Amino acid sequence: MKRVVITGAGTINPLGMDVAQTMTAMANGDCAIGPIDIPDADRLHVKIGAQVRGFDPEAVFNRQELALYDRFTQFAMIAAAQAIDQSGLQFDGALAQSAGVILGNSGGGMQTLDENYRAVYAEGKNRVHPFVVPKLMNNAASSHISMRHNLQGPSFTVASACASSNHAMAQAFMMVRAGIAPVMITGGSESMLCFGGIKAWEGLRVMAKTACRPFSANRKGMVQGEGAGVFVFEDYDHARARGATILAEVAGAAMCADASDIVMPSRAGAARAMRGALQDARIAPDAVGYINAHGTGTLANDKTECAAVADVFGRHADQLMISSTKSMHGHLIGGTGAVELLACLMALRDGVIAPTVGYEKPDPECALDVVPNVARQAQVDVALSNAFACGGLNAVLALRKI
Amino acid sequence: MSVKETVITIIAEQALLDPSDVTPDSTIDSLGLDSMGFVECIFAFEEAFDTQIPFNANDPDGNEFDISNVAAIISGIEQLVQDNAA
Repeated sequence: MKRVVITGAGTINPLGMDVAQTMTAMANGDCAIGPIDIPDADRLHVKIGAQVRGFDPEAVFNRQELALYDRFTQFAMIAAAQAIDQSGLQFDGALAQSAGVILGNSGGGMQTLDENYRAVYAEGKNRVHPFVVPKLMNNAASSHISMRHNLQGPSFTVASACASSNHAMAQAFMMVRAGIAPVMITGGSESMLCFGGIKAWEGLRVMAKTACRPFSANRKGMVQGEGAGVFVFEDYDHARARGATILAEVAGAAMCADASDIVMPSRAGAARAMRGALQDARIAPDAVGYINAHGTGTLANDKTECAAVADVFGRHADQLMISSTKSMHGHLIGGTGAVELLACLMALRDGVIAPTVGYEKPDPECALDVVPNVARQAQVDVALSNAFACGGLNAVLALRKI
Repeated sequence: MSVKETVITIIAEQALLDPSDVTPDSTIDSLGLDSMGFVECIFAFEEAFDTQIPFNANDPDGNEFDISNVAAIISGIEQLVQDNAA
């Protein structure tokens, strides 16, 4: 069994165009949620979201690339390039043939679907662009990253709604640990902030109309975001041999299914996933200093998650810190776990705990230290990143300082 | 059909009950409706009356739209229908 470390990180998300900007924004408690600027927003009842602003795809990609890259692929390409650049890796020879890419994504090319459905249904057009299929397929981002960086090993996309990124990273971690590949590029991307995407979420009646306030007694639901996070997972010995900078160790991971309800979360399932990740990492619960919560800001998730934390950690639940950065960058659905892993890296490397912003009123059912509103300095050796998806699919990662 | 009859028909269908078993003082819980079943009812009310009901599953006790029992739901919808006509 190999030890697995992170040697590169990249992102583009509502809080920043790269990792440094994102961490600064998290440390400042910046909130990127605001009025949504998309076509037909006046026909939406939910009018807020966390958009990636100030991003001009035409400044980054050429015409041919733009014809093939949906917005979620654009985000993934940008994040992957940053991560691979930081790692210093070049993929050729045997390394290229074994290294692969596993991304999480839920909706595929939603912008492409939205635009082309609009063209054929609303505008009555009978012809669409020839690349609609390769643009909207939800493996498009993984495929384009593999092509751009010459990654010829196991590559695919994982879909488990809001846990997609964590499932992808858990899978990549297990591949490196098992010695299948010395390096895996992994994370997730999502771009669901289009008319159809938001309309669908509106239907579920779980969206907040003013703010995302995880763990706060007056929380009113979730707010959607968009963006990507991508990491380089590498065999520790491989990284050491080439003198790479190591950001953190991926010490363990666990995945499980509630097998109970298609929308309601399960306390037992969440607890099983957290406990499983700790057992996999051979880490005692009381070593955990920080949990990046799934923390969607819905009534059901937050109280269920807090109860599960209490079950797993017992008295230590009152000692650890748990925050939801979704309060700042929104819920990136299939990309959310990847961006949230950055908060864990910041905790382990910089000793800065990202806050839960928008917190106004304590909820007795969420009586944990949720790092309300203001970031905190603290020494953390072990961090967990939780993801509990709609459909009862859970994935938790355990990271250790190295 | 009146608003009352339509509301009761929709609830009865969702709760797998006979309309005669849905009374003004029935509650969502007493009818055996779970959160998904009730969200489907809200959608059916909106479709039937061509209106938008301010219901958020994260704020079931919020005072925007009273769902404490069937009578409250009926009068809330009657109000929305009246407001839309105005």
